[in-house]
Amino acid sequence: MIQFHLDSASGVATYVQLVQQVHQALQLGLLEPGDQLPTAQQVVAKLAINPNTVLKAYRDLEREGLVRGRPGLGTFVVSSLPRTDPATQARFLTSMSNWLRKARAAGLGPDDIEAIYRTAFRNCFAEGVA
Amino acid sequence: MTAAIETTGLSKRYGRRRALEDCTLGIPEGRVVGLVGPNGAGKTTLLHLAVGLLEPTAGTISVLGGRPAESPSQLGRVGFVAQDAPTYARLSVRDHLRMASWLNPNWDQRLAETRIDQLDLDPRQRAGTLSGGQRAQLALTLAIAKRPQVLLLDEPVASLDPLARREFLQDLMEVVAVQGITVMLSSHLVADLERVCDYLVVLTASHVQLAGEVSDLLASHHRLSGPRREGNLPSSFEVIEETQTDRQSLLLVRTKEPFPFIDPAWSVMPVTMDDLVLAYMRQARDVAASRPSPLEVLR
Repeated sequence: MIQFHLDSASGVATYVQLVQQVHQALQLGLLEPGDQLPTAQQVVAKLAINPNTVLKAYRDLEREGLVRGRPGLGTFVVSSLPRTDPATQARFLTSMSNWLRKARAAGLGPDDIEAIYRTAFRNCFAEGVA
Repeated sequence: MTAAIETTGLSKRYGRRRALEDCTLGIPEGRVVGLVGPNGAGKTTLLHLAVGLLEPTAGTISVLGGRPAESPSQLGRVGFVAQDAPTYARLSVRDHLRMASWLNPNWDQRLAETRIDQLDLDPRQRAGTLSGGQRAQLALTLAIAKRPQVLLLDEPVASLDPLARREFLQDLMEVVAVQGITVMLSSHLVADLERVCDYLVVLTASHVQLAGEVSDLLASHHRLSGPRREGNLPSSFEVIEETQTDRQSLLLVRTKEPFPFIDPAWSVMPVTMDDLVLAYMRQARDVAASRPSPLEVLR
């Protein structure tokens, strides 16, 4: 069984922190298919957070296909984290590097570029900001 | 779904003083509601109206569809812990449970005893000799063992040390997880509310300044910083707070979702519950300061 912890100064929404910690545990092999996640009752009794926050995190994980809730039994890991294909990662790294070189050549500084990136990133993931 | 707490134009006056004015709320069941605002804003008045300790001067309030304190069954469905968790100093912990079992038809003695045991309280100890944290926990035990569907808490953690506070909130959240009850608690400690609440009500100067699901409120408010603006923000922006230097504007705005695109010269940051509470409290104070006082109007 894993234990959750919270970084209240991080500014990252609580349910996102829970999701990220499950991702991490899967990547590190701390969680494997068949393992049970702590119940909402166990999590809130330790962290003093709203039970709906835990349920929201578990719903997100369920949507990702990583866990499944079994009524009356609990929430169980059903698959390990699909790792991004290294070739895909490399392809996007190359195109991003090319883009950055062009931006620099056009006279943009690091701060300009970061502002553009942040705006584009925000627009792309707008629904995930909350 | 019925509302756990619904008010329409709810007002309470003491003589000429307005404790609560035109308060309209619709709080769904199953929420943990944070009630926040400056001292004297009307938080305790609202809670007392919901329990039935006070009668409205105008408007209506219903809790789980019923009028507060209208019947024994209505009383049984609402739990209340008043400020400073009052207990009977000369009665023992066990006497408190015994008395509560006589007074409450749905009293759950097993739940009460299990909790007293988990809290490591001596049933023979007099309440007057308990620590502040233990007393708060005893009051919470009495309130939840009556098996209410709505639990109202007036500054339950204000006088507790950080550890006792955390333990109190852990237990409270466990009750919410197991029993699925609706909780409304007033507090000045926004960091605590940020953890436990999924619904927020900001009350200032006897008015509801802001109310809604926390996730909606956080998604619809943003902090913007950018070059000093000359009055050309999109009309879908409602400015809650603005500070300016000769070069720069800092804004806290409310927008319609999804976030409308603005000039890349502006940086956009998410807000925290703390930001929201402070901005709305300041807004209310500034509006009050710019209004002429009633005396001046009379003259």
